[in-house]
Amino acid sequence: MSFPWAKQYQPTSAVGQWMDERLPLARFVYGALGPGYPTPKNLNAFYNFGVLAGVALVIQIITGVVLAMHFAADTRVAFDSVEHIMRDVNGGWMIRYMHAVGASFFFGVVYIHIFRGLYYGSYKPPREVLWMLGLVIFLLMMATAFMGYVLVWGQMSFWGAQVITGLFSALPVVGPSIQTWLLGGFSPDNATLNRFFSLHYLLPFVTFGVIILHVWALHIPGSNNPTGVDVKSEADTVPFHPYYTAKDFVGLGVYLIVFAAFVFFMPNSLGEPDNYIPANPLSTPALIVPEWYFWPFYAILRAFTSDFLGVPAKLWGVIGMFASILLLFVLPWLDQSPVRSNNYRPLSRILFWVFVAVALGLGVCGGKPAHEPWVRLSQVLTAYYFAHFLIILPIVSKLEKTSPLPNSISEAVLAKYGKTGGGAPVAQPAE
Amino acid sequence: MASEVRQATADNLEPGGERRRDFLYVATAAFAGAGVVPVAWSLVNQMNPSADVLALASVDLDLSALQPGQAIKAAWRGKPIFARHLTPEEIAESNKVDVASLRDPQSLADRTKPGNEQWLITLGVCTHLGCVPLGAAEGEAKGDFGGYFCPCHGSHYDAAARIRKGPAPKNLEVPPYTFKSPTAVTIG
Repeated sequence: MSFPWAKQYQPTSAVGQWMDERLPLARFVYGALGPGYPTPKNLNAFYNFGVLAGVALVIQIITGVVLAMHFAADTRVAFDSVEHIMRDVNGGWMIRYMHAVGASFFFGVVYIHIFRGLYYGSYKPPREVLWMLGLVIFLLMMATAFMGYVLVWGQMSFWGAQVITGLFSALPVVGPSIQTWLLGGFSPDNATLNRFFSLHYLLPFVTFGVIILHVWALHIPGSNNPTGVDVKSEADTVPFHPYYTAKDFVGLGVYLIVFAAFVFFMPNSLGEPDNYIPANPLSTPALIVPEWYFWPFYAILRAFTSDFLGVPAKLWGVIGMFASILLLFVLPWLDQSPVRSNNYRPLSRILFWVFVAVALGLGVCGGKPAHEPWVRLSQVLTAYYFAHFLIILPIVSKLEKTSPLPNSISEAVLAKYGKTGGGAPVAQPAE
Repeated sequence: MASEVRQATADNLEPGGERRRDFLYVATAAFAGAGVVPVAWSLVNQMNPSADVLALASVDLDLSALQPGQAIKAAWRGKPIFARHLTPEEIAESNKVDVASLRDPQSLADRTKPGNEQWLITLGVCTHLGCVPLGAAEGEAKGDFGGYFCPCHGSHYDAAARIRKGPAPKNLEVPPYTFKSPTAVTIG
């Protein structure tokens, strides 16, 4: 965002001047991340998670490329080649654990990033495209993580591949052909493993490309902030560098400490032990669950247990699961409240935390076996999940009486320290 | 000079008429499109099953050692086969069910060969998303209907491997097979 007070890049050396007239790369970086990018001065720690997600992706790409130097995508040796990495390759165990734990952490920070956006209304105008690109990244992440998990060719890998490609078989008419096409056969086999390796290598770079669009779309309106009030003057902002680069490094330090604690002291705590058993096409493990970051969606998938409205339960489950994410694409139009931040929406704020509890509840259900009471509980929570977006949020956004918004970001910041910053803050009702 | 030529052409154009250049545009785009489609299709089609995967086989099963109440698993075309020796009680129980009340209405007779109703041979592939149901091996959960239970999303099948509860839409599939002798069967 080029606010009028944004500093302009000035080459300081003759070389810089020469380069700036030919390829103004330094000017681009200066304007995107440096002092040329004014940022709201009240961003809290929840605004660190975008950068953390970016770092998580870079960790995945680097460790992934290294792992691919030692991995063999062939069903006869894939599992053994992973063990070869663990036992024989220098530091291979660490790289492998960093990649596996890194996927969990990637999803962890992205979930916080998403809920941050939901709480502060970061999906609202003029940031709808930014939000939708984020959802595209999320879908790509899920596809990538799924295919990566298959590569190990353990029991969970194999049956995950069977189930997830089976989702497409629920589609009427073309479904079975699509599943066969995805698998390259009639059950997961060598053809499947080979192509998943290829696509697992490709998709992170596609994700990287979409992240560039995501950051670009962020830089047009600039960052949202915890008040949801637009930037009005220079007093509301600080330059991104050095203020937020420094703050992001603090967040990164904390992140890496926690990450290292998992990698070195409990690397398997987030995984499933059954994936240390080589794939057996004739036996599904009795306790089969996906990775934790898929649990909420898995719970929605299996919440549909009976046919209704002439649609089979199997298709309902698939529709429900995909709809639970695709629904978020229209969220900017479902929530019509002119107030962005839940800090000033008393009712919506409570409902937000109810929704967080529901999402966590779905996660718990998805991690349990398909028995009562978990099936019934997932059905109730799934119904609430959809009701939250389709019924509750649109109604609340119309009827809610919101709290007075601060006149500016500066005023909100100063009020926090008991200062008024010039004139008395004028309480202004939300329109 | 060039502009004069264009001017002249435009003047000669009938209202709503087409220019030779419009035809060239459409023809070029059409040929480009006709070229892209087969190229795109070959890129898609390379992911369909290859010739070695399509080479399917049949398998012979010896059922002689199978006591009533026991089942065996065998591999056929990369998928598990369940061959189950039904007990008289299971046969009676299966025949008692009102076929019309089932999600995928089939009687036990529809699912076995005449004279061999005690041999239930099905694919061990849950018709929901393709996991292998439990219940064939000793000590595995058989679900609420005494047949098979799929651990992936909780589908329950009865002793005739018919879907009774859960998200699966169909009964376990019966593969093509023939009896060579009372206890030898060829699948496929």
